[in-house]
Amino acid sequence: VDIYLDHNATTPVLPQVAAAMADALARTGNPSSVHRFGRLVRRSVDEARESVAALAGVSAANVVFTSGGSEANNLALRGVADRAFVSAVEHASVLDAVPDADVIPVDGNGVVDRAALKEILAGLDGTAVVSVMLANNETGVIQPVAEIAEIVHAAGALFHCDAIQAAGKRPVDMRDLGADLMSLSAHKFGGPQGIGALVVRDGLDPEPLIRGGGQERRRRAGTENVPGIVGFGVAAQHEQDAANDYSAKLTGLRDDMERRLLAAAPDAVIHGAGVERLANTSCIGLPGVSGEIQVMTLDLAGVAVSAGSACSSGKVTPSHVLSAMGRDDEAARSAVRVSLGAETKAEQIDRFVEVWSDMARRRDTGAHSRRSVA
Amino acid sequence: MTGAPTAIYLDHQATTPVDPRVLDAMLPWFSETFGNAHSEQHAWGRQAAEAVDAAREQVARLIGAEAREIVCTSGATESNNLAIKGATRFALRHGRGRHIVTLASEHKCVLEACAAMEDEGAEVTVLPVGADGLADVQTIVEAIRDDTVLVSVMAVNNEIGVVQPLAEIGTLCRERGVLFHADAAQATGKIALDVDAMKIDLLSISGHKVYAPKGIGALYVRRRPRARLLAEISGGGQERGMRSGTLPVPLVVALGEAAEVAGEGLAREGENLAALRARMLARLQDSLDGVFVNGSMERRVPGNLNVGFTGVNAETLMADVPELAISTGSACTSASVEPSYVLKALGLSDADAGASVRIGFGRFTTENEVDAAAEMIVRAVQEQRAGGSARAAE
Repeated sequence: VDIYLDHNATTPVLPQVAAAMADALARTGNPSSVHRFGRLVRRSVDEARESVAALAGVSAANVVFTSGGSEANNLALRGVADRAFVSAVEHASVLDAVPDADVIPVDGNGVVDRAALKEILAGLDGTAVVSVMLANNETGVIQPVAEIAEIVHAAGALFHCDAIQAAGKRPVDMRDLGADLMSLSAHKFGGPQGIGALVVRDGLDPEPLIRGGGQERRRRAGTENVPGIVGFGVAAQHEQDAANDYSAKLTGLRDDMERRLLAAAPDAVIHGAGVERLANTSCIGLPGVSGEIQVMTLDLAGVAVSAGSACSSGKVTPSHVLSAMGRDDEAARSAVRVSLGAETKAEQIDRFVEVWSDMARRRDTGAHSRRSVA
Repeated sequence: MTGAPTAIYLDHQATTPVDPRVLDAMLPWFSETFGNAHSEQHAWGRQAAEAVDAAREQVARLIGAEAREIVCTSGATESNNLAIKGATRFALRHGRGRHIVTLASEHKCVLEACAAMEDEGAEVTVLPVGADGLADVQTIVEAIRDDTVLVSVMAVNNEIGVVQPLAEIGTLCRERGVLFHADAAQATGKIALDVDAMKIDLLSISGHKVYAPKGIGALYVRRRPRARLLAEISGGGQERGMRSGTLPVPLVVALGEAAEVAGEGLAREGENLAALRARMLARLQDSLDGVFVNGSMERRVPGNLNVGFTGVNAETLMADVPELAISTGSACTSASVEPSYVLKALGLSDADAGASVRIGFGRFTTENEVDAAAEMIVRAVQEQRAGGSARAAE
């Protein structure tokens, strides 16, 4: 009965990932050890690194495994340049990685304002890194990163792309994106939590955040999370094969869902709908009902969605993404994020649409204003 | 498959197998009951959050702490980095000191984290240890200055297994108003730890050294009196702002279960390991001359033996026993050909340090394995010594 529509927060581990991890968990050995137990697990790390590298279109040596996307973003922003420039709709782990980062504005759809970017970067001196995500975690909006990369490189800066929400949903070839650094997280596309990577192009050597042993070519110390890395590798392999089917299937399901929601509540807003988005993500505003109330109502009906990103959930603040897109506080507070997964079924969407439409109807009869007062 | 299963694993200080009970506890969280523990607005997230809370409680109980004092990390290396750099950066930023005291025999990640703080304006005093590997509390007293922020001393050494006098150091630090950080990666679940009795302010824990998987660890951060840290990984503000990033729910659950299992069996397991170690040492000493033990034998975790064979090359020895997993020092530095800096800190010559191996016993080690391993080592040492003297005679 329960319906999970919060895949941008985390995804279930794919069966083949779980199987590979169970094998890895049964093997003892520290990959830095020179004896056979060590060498055996080292080999599984090497193989997984190849798979992740293939997903990113790079060589294995370019992949630095981290504890997840947040660490990868922090490493990218702090480790390569004196100054950082970040778009206003970035994830908190990019926005907060460097305390004094300059912010690049976005337009009403959440797309980076390229003219403003050029102006901000004009006359840049010293080293700088510019960070723009490939796909937004709250709205699914895709950034024109190749074009942004050109502007960034013309200004003599490095380009970091947070591809955490995009990986597994669309191609993340680092060269096509024009990125010098790219962040990935396994648990957003069928891999396990607790493992991610910063992909670093040749010739760049980020200053490590976590120091100690010489693991990850001295770019990230600590005993490798072998089962996590193995799971990441299998997920990467799978997603490379499946990314096309995924988009084709989910775009239809999602677009149909949005049409029905708008039919039920014509004043509802699909944020970022004017531009290209991830196939699975829908950020829906229902004027007059806070995101919190919507999520609670849906939760009671067994449907899991979120108000904003999972990291900041619990905090009752308007979405910084929607605020950056020019929405007022009321609009930024009354949105929910619905994110579908490869295993989402049409019947589940039907049920969600039914519960949501009922909620919209009750708003119109005043039921929700009473509840939010109480 | 290569023949690892038939080989004997005696390298439990490098990493431990995952305990079946731990595996059973964690596996459902990958797919059956998955969720983001920070998505507390829906059932999936709440379920994950409850599991994380329970695990935090289990970890806290093992060291006499409160659940909310446990910060989950990706492992002890990250915990040590967060403790040392986080506390030092906080002090530097607020003008509350700039000096760190640590030991020459600390894990590489502690020494490297301290060195990184020197680049940011801190000063580091690296104290020597005695020939037994133990810290001299009096030298710590003398090293503490008015601007000392932190004393970082490992609970149990990763190479020689010696147990440092934690309670004495903790008492001293508290008196002087200095934070006490203990790297307990090798100690958690192996010896009784109590952060209140030992007056520890920051304590690093590793999952994979205590029969949980790799990729998870924890840092205990005292609330009263409060130890203040600047985060290393910023973002969503998880772990009360000290460590951002989605918590790996299955791994956190595993760490909790591992802590519970270790706590329940602590005394019994210690006796077993001590018996296995005594058996190994007796076998070696009965058959070989020139066997020496590195580090105090009295103040040592039961699972560790660091032993040298006069005149032997330990690297060659290891290569001669391919069916046996032992090591010549810490795994993090095992690719290095340099003799162990820990053994050098004990005053060993290059030759003696290079003649020493670490033998690490674990929860699932059997007497038969110990006997077989002892036999392999004895034979390899005898052959190497015979070969060496034959070459010398030529």
